[in-house]
Amino acid sequence: MAVTIKIPTQLRAVAGGAAEAHADGGTVGEVLDGLYAQHGELRDRIAGEDGELRRFVNVYLRGEDIRFLDGLATPVADGDEVTILPAVAGG
Amino acid sequence: MPAQALKCKECSTTYPLEARYVCERCFGPLEVAYRPPGSGPEELKRRIQAGPHSLWRYADFLPLERTPRASLPTGWTPLVRADRLAERLGLGELWIKNETANPTHSFKDRVVSVGLARAIELGFDTVACASTGNLAGAVAAHAAYAGLPAYVFIPADLEPEKILSAGAYGAQIVGVKGNYDAVNRLCTEVSGERESWAFVNVNVRPYYAEGSKTLAYETAEQLGWEVPDRVVAPIASGSLFTKVARGFEEFIDAGLVSGAVPAMHGAQAEGCSPVAQAYAAGTDVCRPVKPDTIAKSLAIGNPADGPYAVDLARRTGGSVDAVSDDEIRAGVRLLAETTGIFTETAGGVTTAVLAKLAERGEIDPGERVVVYITGDGLKTLDTVRGTFEVAEIEPHFEAFEAALGRSVAEGTLVTSAEAFGRDSHEAGA
Repeated sequence: MAVTIKIPTQLRAVAGGAAEAHADGGTVGEVLDGLYAQHGELRDRIAGEDGELRRFVNVYLRGEDIRFLDGLATPVADGDEVTILPAVAGG
Repeated sequence: MPAQALKCKECSTTYPLEARYVCERCFGPLEVAYRPPGSGPEELKRRIQAGPHSLWRYADFLPLERTPRASLPTGWTPLVRADRLAERLGLGELWIKNETANPTHSFKDRVVSVGLARAIELGFDTVACASTGNLAGAVAAHAAYAGLPAYVFIPADLEPEKILSAGAYGAQIVGVKGNYDAVNRLCTEVSGERESWAFVNVNVRPYYAEGSKTLAYETAEQLGWEVPDRVVAPIASGSLFTKVARGFEEFIDAGLVSGAVPAMHGAQAEGCSPVAQAYAAGTDVCRPVKPDTIAKSLAIGNPADGPYAVDLARRTGGSVDAVSDDEIRAGVRLLAETTGIFTETAGGVTTAVLAKLAERGEIDPGERVVVYITGDGLKTLDTVRGTFEVAEIEPHFEAFEAALGRSVAEGTLVTSAEAFGRDSHEAGA
């Protein structure tokens, strides 16, 4: 499954300046692994040592927070879009 | 207390005082770190007391290079003694910090004052925000005063009062089809692509958030340089809640007041209570929720400062409670009829949680309690619609006598708003 990953501005420096990447995988977690394979430094920025997302990292699949889906195990379809964004307080 | 750097709350990495809000190493939130004050408490106090009757009297504790020469006068809001409410709830010394007295009728004028001033220092030419309503009006008004274009992003289904009052200042209102968390996500993306735009609560958020500390400074000064025992404040993102505690902490560290940070009680609506749920579950992981509550200004389902809010409530012997929509309406009513302060739904949440704490016996009658009422009831008028009846009569004395004469004679109308609501018209909170 080829999925587009949108990279936030704060992480582009360690992704060779890219705003987008493409990776294959059956789940969000596998797609992120594919992303890390292309840009090794991203793994440490996005995930903790246990492989789970850091607590201020939000990941969306087709605009929906993956915590409302099955987290990293959420299945992806061909052409899906995964967006990585920092959590920001608002009000 | 000059600002020194931006510092990650998670991993302590420091950055220059620029428009950044997130740690590049771990994505943790950044906040302003300060050097210790250059002067002792007496000198600090003298400088504060010689300052204007606005939040700028605390400029020594804010992250600006210089105090703005002119701005909408914000802060120094009344701290109102609430004896009738205290009596009703069986409490002792109770105070309401009445934030409806700000220029756009909510505490958001404080954070916007600081965020906008810093945005101008950093050279931005446009201001923007992601808002649940109150921030929209504050950004629009302060941008109008400063002469900057403003873009205000809100959930499209916001209360009409909040949309209309923000649009009145000439800001471009962007109604996003989605909830606040969708608005926030969109703004996070837009702020990455619009380099000359300052989103007050995104890319200049570390400065903006500092404005909420002034709520604590004012409270301490208005109490005669003392710290309350307990504080009840609403939690949406958790920013105000944590910064109020930080404000007390800074005044204690500077020697301006003695004692400890008050017990911090957070208030959420049941229909959006990720922080209260985390508190109840004994964890600091705030699982995001899809908000469904009349307290729209608190409807943040994915609160970025949630883990810190939970930790703060535990550390200070406070709590985080949630109340139902009916309790919120009753809270709005209770505050209005005992203090003369008409608050929006967020204040109903806060008042209802205060009532809940009182009922649980968590507040000793000997304690001094301060409640933060953060916004104005005129912005959520639907809350009170249908809760009382207007006596519509012909313009004749006989008609008045026929309709209301008896209750006037019995004194129920003039002596007690409660009696008016319940006895005369059987409409109550």
